[in-house]
Amino acid sequence: MADDTGKFGVGGLHVGIPNRRQFFQLGAGAAAGWTLAGNAFAQTERPTNPPDKPRGQVIAALSQEPTVFHPLMPGIEVDQGIWWQVFSPLWFIEPDGKFVPDLAREVPTVENGGLSADGLTWKIKLRSDVKWHDGTPFTAEDVKFSLELINNPDFRVRNRVGHNLVKDIKVVAPDEIHWRMEAPYSPYMSILSLTFIVPKHILEKLSDPNASPFHNAPVGTGPFRWGERVPGDHIQLNAHVGYHGKGPYVERVVFKYIPDLTVLYTQFRTGQVDYTGLQGILPNFVQEAKTLKGRKIFVSATSSVEHVAPNLEFGPFADRTVREALYLAINKQAIIDALNYGLPTQTESFVPQQAWSFQQGLPQHKYDPAKANALLDAAGWTRGSGGIREKGGVKLEFTNSTTSGNAVREQTQQLLIQDWRAIGAAMRVNNMPAAVIWGDFWQQSKFNSVLVSVNFMLGSDPDVTPRFGSGAIPAKGGRGYNTYQYNSAEADRLLAEGAKQFDLAQRKTTYGDLQKLIRNDLAILPLFQGFIAEGVKEGLQGFRPNINTSINCWNIREWYWA
Amino acid sequence: MARYVVNRLAQAVMLLVIVSAIGFALLHLAPGGPLSQFAASAQMTQEDLDRVTRQLGLDRPLPIQYLDWFGRMLKGDWGKSYRDGEAVLSVISSHLGATLELMTTATIIAVLLGGWIGILGALRRYSLFDSLATVGAMIALSIPTFWFGLVAIYVFSVKLGWLPAGNRQTIGDGSFLDLLHHLIAPALVLALVETAMWGRFMRSSMLEVISQDYIRTARAKGMPEWRILTVHALRNALLPMITVAGLQFPTLLGGALVAETVFTWPGMGRLFLDSIGYRDYPVVMGILMFSATMVLIGSLLADILYAVVDPRIRVG
Repeated sequence: MADDTGKFGVGGLHVGIPNRRQFFQLGAGAAAGWTLAGNAFAQTERPTNPPDKPRGQVIAALSQEPTVFHPLMPGIEVDQGIWWQVFSPLWFIEPDGKFVPDLAREVPTVENGGLSADGLTWKIKLRSDVKWHDGTPFTAEDVKFSLELINNPDFRVRNRVGHNLVKDIKVVAPDEIHWRMEAPYSPYMSILSLTFIVPKHILEKLSDPNASPFHNAPVGTGPFRWGERVPGDHIQLNAHVGYHGKGPYVERVVFKYIPDLTVLYTQFRTGQVDYTGLQGILPNFVQEAKTLKGRKIFVSATSSVEHVAPNLEFGPFADRTVREALYLAINKQAIIDALNYGLPTQTESFVPQQAWSFQQGLPQHKYDPAKANALLDAAGWTRGSGGIREKGGVKLEFTNSTTSGNAVREQTQQLLIQDWRAIGAAMRVNNMPAAVIWGDFWQQSKFNSVLVSVNFMLGSDPDVTPRFGSGAIPAKGGRGYNTYQYNSAEADRLLAEGAKQFDLAQRKTTYGDLQKLIRNDLAILPLFQGFIAEGVKEGLQGFRPNINTSINCWNIREWYWA
Repeated sequence: MARYVVNRLAQAVMLLVIVSAIGFALLHLAPGGPLSQFAASAQMTQEDLDRVTRQLGLDRPLPIQYLDWFGRMLKGDWGKSYRDGEAVLSVISSHLGATLELMTTATIIAVLLGGWIGILGALRRYSLFDSLATVGAMIALSIPTFWFGLVAIYVFSVKLGWLPAGNRQTIGDGSFLDLLHHLIAPALVLALVETAMWGRFMRSSMLEVISQDYIRTARAKGMPEWRILTVHALRNALLPMITVAGLQFPTLLGGALVAETVFTWPGMGRLFLDSIGYRDYPVVMGILMFSATMVLIGSLLADILYAVVDPRIRVG
């Protein structure tokens, strides 16, 4: 139980006990993976009375181990949990979608002169009171260095999307930097909100930018300084007292690696961890978790969309009528209720429903096998041997793949088989380990269909050029991850237009049109918006799920023990 | 003896080369790769993945990659982890302590308890104790470790609150008592299975010895039973245990994958599992070579020890 310092112990606990059935579900549930990322029906709370100085510690449990601490190198969601604490971006995005200045004094806009009307010139004013954890002042040189490092061909950078358009970087003053863009690119605003600035004075001395002590003991400007790392066990960060923003209000934050989700939940029950971060609480425990005394459970939507990904170049899927019939025949609500404990919500868009760019009023899916059958009949897909439909020698049969061992998705596949068999479509399961399926099989569109959860957003931006642009099909030599092989001139036009617009209202219209188009074309068959159930100990204030970040412990600087 | 040891070491080196080549090939030929984890996220495009693949040298022909890796390994450079950039030897050593702590404790408990159960079972063959020990051993060997682990957590952590539900220590504490507190459950769960195994080995070995003529002779001479047991029977019954111990040695260092996962114990077993999952080739190869070396050393030590302890055996 947490005491007022946030330290934990196992004595004096009053925790619920799983019943026999639940207990035996633990083992099966542990194998289930869960793909996550953002927020929807979360109960948010803001800190009201944070302490004057940092007090206590927070133990945040993660089911994956953070291992990449250089924030510009290839990392996954869990690594961002560290980056948010140790480093700072120029600005970040609040849960409501607003940009808030961090290292910058203000967020650049056309109105304040930070952005030129054509979107090509960026002028960023920086804070002059920021210090790196080693005491060195932060300046515009650090921003310049970070942007140049990203574009350094020898550096193993995560990606250069948007950054590769940056030219003529000029440090005008220690607290002001300007640059030009090769072309107007409005999503860059969002990209920069997730680009953490690294220290020039440490990294410029390195002969190899890909390896140095910095990579395992980073120095940043964030609310927490690097403490220690026990590989395979935990990472400890200590409060950076000279932090330039609000907080931090806890002395230490410990990221505890607990790979088994059942064990992670058990340690949350027994009070050994204060917060269940990635991948949160398994859906089958959520109802029980809500009854635990001294614990609060947050069920938040994420920005990922669980969907059936059809390979649009594969035989039957090239026919839009087939996709529509398959979509009509999916009993989505059964998948949500029976397999996901009613926690997620249906969606029709690739944009999360909480985003500013979400298009309301898209055609709503209705489970209608009769209509699906009628559509296929009318399109000439006739039932052949075994009740399987065919047309022009092409049978309506295909494989569906997902990550082996993901119990919920494997059960979803069984429901899909039943639903689609009823309309004369034969689906076979072809699952593979994660390291296999997400390799060439996915990247090079070697699948028939895949059951997957994808975060389509570019940070908080709805620019999905890399996902749906015709030039982003890897199987055709494209640069991106349009593994669906979606090819639409109208989508390309809208994407190009949206990337050039800086007016929010205009962009909303453009990306609204794009969502209507994708929904109409059924480039994906969306099932539901992703969700994550997370638990925090009662008394721990400040937890605010943020759909615009990949991990909800983005703001530990605001957390404190009441 | 020296010649025998030199010969065995030469064989061991050959074996290690073969193991490394097969291991390297199998690992790299398996579908997927270290960058697959990024492929499903919006973080990196195919172009980015291709670029990083080139930067890591993973686009080179496999034999070239192998020779490069092997050459560097001979010089003591086992490579760096793709996950955190740490030197492989450093990664292994940072996990070895936790594994040694857990496995040594479990083995000591298992050897002492299993030995006692085995000896008593053999001396009181077909007694109630022997029957209970046999049934208990069968149960312990049949039920998976993770089940025992979950039961232990449920009973002692969730229900009774006596023991922590995993972890090696309370972060920020690290006192000996705290370490011991965390060690109890995983060590006992691991020891449970090992006790059953050692008990069965000890029982059969003891049974074989006590039916030997020299034991009967000792009894006929009127030697006290305790002396027959400790001086004649036990010493000889322990000889086959050396082989078992030799084979157990690498397991001791290899970690207990399941127990380490259930009890969130940061040891070698979990490192291996994580490294396989992420296709962290340098670390997987490092663990493979380390384990193979330990198997060969364990086997060699057992043979030498056998010859030293048992005068009937000569090597060379």
